[in-house]
Amino acid sequence: MATQSSRSAARLMMAPAVILLLGWMLVPLLMTLWFSFRAYLPLRGGDQGFVGFDNYVRFVTSSAFWPSIVTTLAIVVGALAICIIFGVLLAILLDQQMWGQGVVRILIIAPFFVMPTVSALVWKNIFMDPVNGLFAHLWRFFGADPIIWLSDIPVASIILIVSWQWLPFATLILLTAIQSLDTEQLEAAEMDGAPVLKRFWFIVLPHLGRAITIVILIQTIFLLSIFAEIFVTTGGAFGTRTLTYLIFQRVLESQNVGLGSAGGVYAIILANIVAIFLMRIVGKNLDA
Amino acid sequence: MACAVTNQRKAVNTLIAWAVGLLIFFPILWTILTSFKTEAQAISDPPVFLFFDWTLENYAVVQERSDYLRYLINSVIIAGGSTILGTLIAIPAAWSMAFVPSKRTKDILLWMLSTKMLPAVGVLYPIYLLFIQLGLLDSRFGMVIVLMLINLPIIVWMLYTYFREIPGEILEAARMDGANLRNEILYVLTPMAVPGIASTILLNFILAWNEAFWTLNLTAAQAAPLTAFIASYSSPEGLFYAKLSAASTMAIAPILILGWFSQKQLVRGLTFGAVK
Repeated sequence: MATQSSRSAARLMMAPAVILLLGWMLVPLLMTLWFSFRAYLPLRGGDQGFVGFDNYVRFVTSSAFWPSIVTTLAIVVGALAICIIFGVLLAILLDQQMWGQGVVRILIIAPFFVMPTVSALVWKNIFMDPVNGLFAHLWRFFGADPIIWLSDIPVASIILIVSWQWLPFATLILLTAIQSLDTEQLEAAEMDGAPVLKRFWFIVLPHLGRAITIVILIQTIFLLSIFAEIFVTTGGAFGTRTLTYLIFQRVLESQNVGLGSAGGVYAIILANIVAIFLMRIVGKNLDA
Repeated sequence: MACAVTNQRKAVNTLIAWAVGLLIFFPILWTILTSFKTEAQAISDPPVFLFFDWTLENYAVVQERSDYLRYLINSVIIAGGSTILGTLIAIPAAWSMAFVPSKRTKDILLWMLSTKMLPAVGVLYPIYLLFIQLGLLDSRFGMVIVLMLINLPIIVWMLYTYFREIPGEILEAARMDGANLRNEILYVLTPMAVPGIASTILLNFILAWNEAFWTLNLTAAQAAPLTAFIASYSSPEGLFYAKLSAASTMAIAPILILGWFSQKQLVRGLTFGAVK
């Protein structure tokens, strides 16, 4: 049993981390809230006072808002779909017996460790460049006209880059889940003559349900806030402006802090909706 | 007979898995190869794969022209400093939550996690403003603090899950033998916790190294780490693939090597114990 003194010692030991995170959360959050209700343009007149919900209304009624929501959703949903579908397939593949499994695992995980600015820049220039890119060479080899990736299909291009970065993470989590699958159950089903697809659909997929949910929630939070991939490739042009990027432009590029802060509050609310579901799963697991 | 079938299946699996693995790894492989080509070979059509005149010239040019070493040192200081500072703050917190849990422990853990979910862009201006006011803009110290705060929840969580695996009876036994809190932590807990702490440091060093929102927005000439160094190569002007590849290779090589050691911790660290 913990004694009284060890309890107060425990509280003391927790204090630095708790206080720091509390400050890190509250101070900027309150400042964002404060700015969001003010007309604040640091380079054009400074703080011009309280404007109520003006910024909130102007942010959602600006012509850039809905396109940014559509782009954000397209990137999140597109990248998630690719990561889940290929992640499940890769996890099943890696779970099979083979030679050199460790090396293959490393090859597949590697993209996760590449810093976002590097992968964005390498994909943009070395692969997607319409003149000298590797894809352009490949297209010309087959007699086709090269695609101008980042201006013809910019959102799809960014989905491709982001998926490449996040597929390893999804694969690893799904592989961990698959390895905890009871193989006897699968063998029994095989003996009873259940075909591969049925075994996958009725045994493997339900077992992966929880892991898939977790991949969706965690990756959604990260995908909602991707920044460097857009900053380096298109700079928000060609319809690749996500909500995150739109807020960044309002705040730092056009220095309309009030408007950007209102956008920031929307982004925080959006992320929190996803976070609540994730926390519930994590919280349940803590009790177990 | 059965063995032959298994081996045949194994061979097919091996073939498919290697093909897929190499396909996914290809962009990295190609970047590394390109970094050893001349600029003309780097864009030649058809592309040359292995049979070109290998050269180290690009690496020399990158170092000379943009002072790679300075960015490397910034990256090491920022990622290393934030990770070590974060770990020092997190160890006591995680220790007390794992061994002296109270009713509120779970809530505190979940709350810490929730701070990690805050979208950075939502608090970009306040942090930017505070940094200007405090004179921290474009300083290594400021970046160490911000990245420490960003990764602190993950560090606490990882350490907590590792510490929880240490049997509490051992601590009680030490207490019975008269060990005080300090000795308990120093001589009983620490040796058992070292592997967990090492893994935590490793993964968070990688996360801090690759962080590309705050490092891009809060640094300029002085404190810019490798993420910003690479972003400065995004000019669209022609013949620079080989140099871009050399710079990229230098930016990711240290982390790729560390990453191989940390792949097992990745799942634990980023799913907060929700997947085991």
